[in-house]
Amino acid sequence: MNLDFSPVWANWQDLLNGTLVTIELVAVSLACGCIIGLLVGIGRLDPTRRVIYGLCSAYVAAIRGTPLLVQLFILFFGLPHFGILLPAFVCGVIGLSIYSGAYISEIVRGAIQSIDRGQVEAARSLGMPARMSMFNVVLPQAFVRMIPPLGNEFIALIKNSALVSLLTIHDVMHEGQKIISVSYRSLEVYLAVAVIYFVLTGVTTYALRRIELRLRAGGMVQ
Amino acid sequence: MTHAEQPPMIRVRGLTKAFGDNVVLRGVDLDVMPSQVVVVIGPSGSGKSTLLRCCNGLEIGQAGDIEVCGKPLLAAGKMMPESDLNSLRQEVGMVFQSFNLFHHLSVLENITLGPRKLRGTPRHEAQEQARELLRKVGLDHKADAMPASLSGGQKQRVAIARALAMRPRVMLFDEPTSALDPELVGEVLKVMKMLASEGMTMMVVTHEMGFAQEVADAVIVMDGGGIIEAGPPSQIFGQPTQPRTREFLQAVLTRV
Repeated sequence: MNLDFSPVWANWQDLLNGTLVTIELVAVSLACGCIIGLLVGIGRLDPTRRVIYGLCSAYVAAIRGTPLLVQLFILFFGLPHFGILLPAFVCGVIGLSIYSGAYISEIVRGAIQSIDRGQVEAARSLGMPARMSMFNVVLPQAFVRMIPPLGNEFIALIKNSALVSLLTIHDVMHEGQKIISVSYRSLEVYLAVAVIYFVLTGVTTYALRRIELRLRAGGMVQ
Repeated sequence: MTHAEQPPMIRVRGLTKAFGDNVVLRGVDLDVMPSQVVVVIGPSGSGKSTLLRCCNGLEIGQAGDIEVCGKPLLAAGKMMPESDLNSLRQEVGMVFQSFNLFHHLSVLENITLGPRKLRGTPRHEAQEQARELLRKVGLDHKADAMPASLSGGQKQRVAIARALAMRPRVMLFDEPTSALDPELVGEVLKVMKMLASEGMTMMVVTHEMGFAQEVADAVIVMDGGGIIEAGPPSQIFGQPTQPRTREFLQAVLTRV
């Protein structure tokens, strides 16, 4: 077996551009996913608010219960039937945001519910309304507990983003396939693509670990 | 001090409360007059903590009336609106058995959070006031410490300072020393005695009979969700009339 990486070196600029598209896509999707996850996670705290709780639960069930690829195809190939034609990149962002939002909402809900009831009782006893105690007392503490599972979710999303290459988005996966279609060097190019994803997930893991350690050192964990 | 002409700070009438089938309060009547220290004692499960928690709306009674600072917290089994409850709670300080300090905030921030967010007190002024309170509870050197680094007794004194920062008209204490190592109980009781001597109205659920004897204006003995006996400490500890009171006191006072 002889490996020939020359197509990778020859097309490094395409791979770099693809990597930048992947980073951009994932960053925007993560930001949106976190906002969705926060709102839906809070919406699922109180089952007695039936409508909000029901809607949020249905969303989580639908998104977690169907393949991401199917969701992306519905957005990209299905919506045009209703006259909604979105650019591929926008479809990718929406799809990944909605998908990660469902998982992040469960992380948010779990972290909030793990905070001792006494914290809320103390805040409410001072006279704080429910929302104020949520934002000033519960969420800052819950946030620290969210970081490790959020790290998993971020990494999963980086890897899942490879699927958007099927929506004609020129991400790193798509660029790799383009190089292969000309050079036929699939093993070498896919190895290069794998290394790029590995670096992206590795940097993410490291960054989150640093944030967590800093928060712990700051005494934010009991 | 004469209380006769003033209305009670806390007035409870016919308070009834059940958790499912378990009735924990069956028609409780109680008055706490201004500047009075009322100590509630009784065996565990007698409903004393629930009674206390009903007085700031952490538990909701199902029947009866509660007036706090002259405002109808519970009227014929119906709670006051949420926004009124939030403002009423600013006047009622609460101290918990498990301290419940905000773990993510420093000692100083724990104390300033309420005044800053609820009263709009400027940061600098709130901090000034917090340091004053910390001096009062003997912890001015711990202003920048995180709660996790404090002993139980220190945590509870910070919790008292946090409650005082809202300048409450009445303080509720829910077994404030029960979670403490024995040698740390004294420092918390000392702060409570100081408050009492300053004329703070206090309702205290506790097992510290010495504190009750020394500081209480009235002692209330609860059992099975009702008040079985009430009176000045000299009477409750000297000549209790109810056999159940005698049994309880004997069990508590003769423990080895």
